[in-house]
Amino acid sequence: MKTARVAFAGAIHSATPHAQGLQLADGRVLTEDQVVWLPPLTEPGTIIALGLNYADHAKELAKELSSKASDEPLVFLKGPGSLIGHRGLTRRPTDATFMHYECELAVVIGRRTRRVQAADALAHVAGYTVCNDYAVRDYLENWYRPNLRVKNRDGGTVLGPWLVSADEVPDPQALSLRTLVNGQRVQQGHTSDMLHGVAALIEYLSDFMTLQPGDVILTGTPEGTVNCQAGDQIVCEIDGIGQLLNTLY
Amino acid sequence: MTPLAFDFAPWRLSGQVIGVLFNHRPALAALGDAVHQAPYKAPPKAPVLYLKPRNTQVGDGATVIAPSGAAAVEVGAALGLVIGRPTCRVPADQALACVAGLVIVADLSLPHDSFYRPSVRLKARDGFCPIGPRVWPMPAAKAVDALAVTVQIDGRRVHETSTGDRFRSAAQLVADVSAFMTLSPGDVLMLGVSAGAPQVAAGHEVTITIEGLGELRFRLQAEVIV
Repeated sequence: MKTARVAFAGAIHSATPHAQGLQLADGRVLTEDQVVWLPPLTEPGTIIALGLNYADHAKELAKELSSKASDEPLVFLKGPGSLIGHRGLTRRPTDATFMHYECELAVVIGRRTRRVQAADALAHVAGYTVCNDYAVRDYLENWYRPNLRVKNRDGGTVLGPWLVSADEVPDPQALSLRTLVNGQRVQQGHTSDMLHGVAALIEYLSDFMTLQPGDVILTGTPEGTVNCQAGDQIVCEIDGIGQLLNTLY
Repeated sequence: MTPLAFDFAPWRLSGQVIGVLFNHRPALAALGDAVHQAPYKAPPKAPVLYLKPRNTQVGDGATVIAPSGAAAVEVGAALGLVIGRPTCRVPADQALACVAGLVIVADLSLPHDSFYRPSVRLKARDGFCPIGPRVWPMPAAKAVDALAVTVQIDGRRVHETSTGDRFRSAAQLVADVSAFMTLSPGDVLMLGVSAGAPQVAAGHEVTITIEGLGELRFRLQAEVIV
């Protein structure tokens, strides 16, 4: 099942896909641009993000950053103020010279998870959605990388449009993902190339932190990150999960 | 774990607890010339922040589990600024008006020597952020940056410091953080841990005192693998 949270005519609604766009729980059918799309989580919990989880992207950034599957996952945390929904606007700082999108598979935890083994981990997933986790590389410093000024800016974590329930995604490591900037494909990858897959990440994290319903794991991005400008329309898409549009201003 | 309960009006904590690295001048100075060497290459410019997620947050009187194999837990005694209103791009001279109250935060870590990209496993463990005993209304603004702080282990005083000698005062920190991320009511922004944070082994009780804010107590207990 695919569900979204949208604002329409003065209230927040749950919605499902429809041939013309979407259908509210009360039956009204609307087009995509008639509603305001919110992140598809009622109450987001801890937002956990992965850096350098695709070997090709790690190589792209710098030689010193190369990582392999035997390394400990590179994890950082983000706050809920960074979240913004489908078709939203994200601010590009005027002094930035390198701001890029990152198309990522987002995993939403469905139940309390403590010390689960990878073999059982996917049963703890409520569903999946698409994330565009922007970075402003100008602000990168070599302390607690990647610092929050780079990765946790207001509106810098785009999430949606749909939360796709886990039963519709039998294998989260079998998904193609790509990013289009103004209609041109700039990034392409496949979740089978993750250094640490979804199940392994849940095992790793739940060893030291209890995951709770609503916690989100952003699983990292493949290679192909290029600078974007104000006015650019960025679409991150994952087959079977969704197409997530964001515009920079 | 003891759940947090801050139900007294008008502040309810949001669950966002934000730490800042090396805001205490002597703490950065203790690294010496290393701040100019690889991998850091320069001292921090913008505030270097980290989050203590909701699984870490416990209340006064909690028992915190120290993982097996860890000889000690580093106890960072921090002043928590409790945000009272939406705070976005505020100048420093208006920043303290956005702070509703103060609370003691124990910012716990497994000791580590590299600050380049340390694992969240060292700081985001279950129970690694006791907060309490309660949020106190904001005192006179000037006092925030000169409060006495002590840490006791089993009643013996092991660490004395203050909330002063920061690169960024409370007002400047709120202003600089709000330049890129909006702070919301109930968010807790820590002013930063002082140099010489004590390391405490399992089996001991820790008491953190901040002048005017009471005492925050917790107990470190060794993990039992079943």
